[in-house]
Amino acid sequence: MNENLQLFLDSFWPIVLGGLTGTIPLALASFAIGLVLALAVALMRLSKNRVVSGIARFYISVIRGTPLLVQLFVIFYGMPTVGIVLDPWPSAIIAFSLNVGGYAAEVIRAAILSVPKGQWEAGYTIGMSNGTALRRIILPQAARVSVPPLSNTFISLVKDTSLASLILVTELFRVSQEIAAFSGQFMLIYLEAALIYWLFCLVLSGGQSRLEKRLDRYVAT
Amino acid sequence: MSQREPGRRDDEHRADVPGGDPLAPSETPDDSVLLQARGIRKSFGDNEVLRSIDLEVRRGEVVVLIGPSGSGKTTVLRSLNGLETPDAGTIDFAGGPSLDFAAPIPKASRFALRDRSAMVFQQHNLFPHMTVIENVIEGPVRVQRVPKARAIAEASALLDRVGLADKRDAYPFELSGGQQQRVGIVRALALKPRLLLFDEPTSALDPELVGEVLQVIKELADEGWTMVVVTHELSFARQAADEVLFMDGGVVVERGAPAQIFTNPTEERTRRFLDRILRPLD
Repeated sequence: MNENLQLFLDSFWPIVLGGLTGTIPLALASFAIGLVLALAVALMRLSKNRVVSGIARFYISVIRGTPLLVQLFVIFYGMPTVGIVLDPWPSAIIAFSLNVGGYAAEVIRAAILSVPKGQWEAGYTIGMSNGTALRRIILPQAARVSVPPLSNTFISLVKDTSLASLILVTELFRVSQEIAAFSGQFMLIYLEAALIYWLFCLVLSGGQSRLEKRLDRYVAT
Repeated sequence: MSQREPGRRDDEHRADVPGGDPLAPSETPDDSVLLQARGIRKSFGDNEVLRSIDLEVRRGEVVVLIGPSGSGKTTVLRSLNGLETPDAGTIDFAGGPSLDFAAPIPKASRFALRDRSAMVFQQHNLFPHMTVIENVIEGPVRVQRVPKARAIAEASALLDRVGLADKRDAYPFELSGGQQQRVGIVRALALKPRLLLFDEPTSALDPELVGEVLQVIKELADEGWTMVVVTHELSFARQAADEVLFMDGGVVVERGAPAQIFTNPTEERTRRFLDRILRPLD
């Protein structure tokens, strides 16, 4: 038992480090790129041009209709056969960004639609263009609405990055797998990995609450 | 307050606040024609909302549109501001732009039309994520490129004039309905428009708050602002209007001075409408 405790303690920091240098940067980068992509896709989906909105609709459909693991494998193991060889990290970031782009697009689209039409009109009547009204008036209000569902997306993403271990990215779960294989203590190490994922997500949920509180300052509660 | 060059909303044509009355109109109320709309038609699907509307607004004039719900009053107002695009007809502003809706309207003309006027909405449509002062300076600073310090000085003077100086850093949700609508009016004034448009500015207010908003609009009218007001407040129309248009079914049924319309309407439809509002229980 003592031995197990010692293994638990010895492996704790290496696994956390795997999270801090692998999981978190991967999730942050993919989420940032994914959000930009999602905003673009959401705006395309809202476009009156049928071709433009059709492209967005198709993209969302493909992303949501295929497993993330398959997307990851297509990019890392599939692309080299057509001559595009990517390292593990770029492959992972591309796959996760595309995935976030698909899911978050629908969240952002709904959030934009939730802002009353009168807000657009008020923007127009003070002389704003579509773009300015979107940026100054609509998106700040849509942001408030979309924080809870986007936090969901982000927390899912943090956990989904464990899939990157399968394309050789050194992150939290891959570090755990190596320790587990080396020590033979699968139950202990995988539970420890679960615990550390959970701790990361607790911190993120706390961040979400603070962000929500900040964005709620201008609404009656 | 010096007059701005027609059609220009640039910084150099805006008068400085110190010494000037912030409520003073940006056009000299000399009774010359400011806006002329002819043959405005608009349908939403099969529903013909406007059937050839003519409207003339002179500088310093207060034109009030009355009529039952669905008569097209609001659509007229929104057409003047470019929020709706008529299917046919023309809108001419003195000094431009001049729009003929028979052909598609270029973007620049649509923006020019919007720039000439400012709208006060029924549901105020203040920006909830901005404080009162931020709401007011947003247009001047972001669109008209007025230096921020100057915009704040002007906005403060305007807020002071409508009795809201102490609310400048409040968020809209912290204000009463009447205060919100007064901020809505100040937001419109801060743009120094040539024409003010009011779309049922008191219809969404509790009855006891209607007076404070109408008072501000009346003061603006007395100062010489040119305005088109859609309202159900007949007493306001009677006191403030230079011309009253009674609309029904997408046409102007009758137009004239308030004294004539309210005491001696020539059209049966006008008479029935006024009766329903003034004596609802008979």
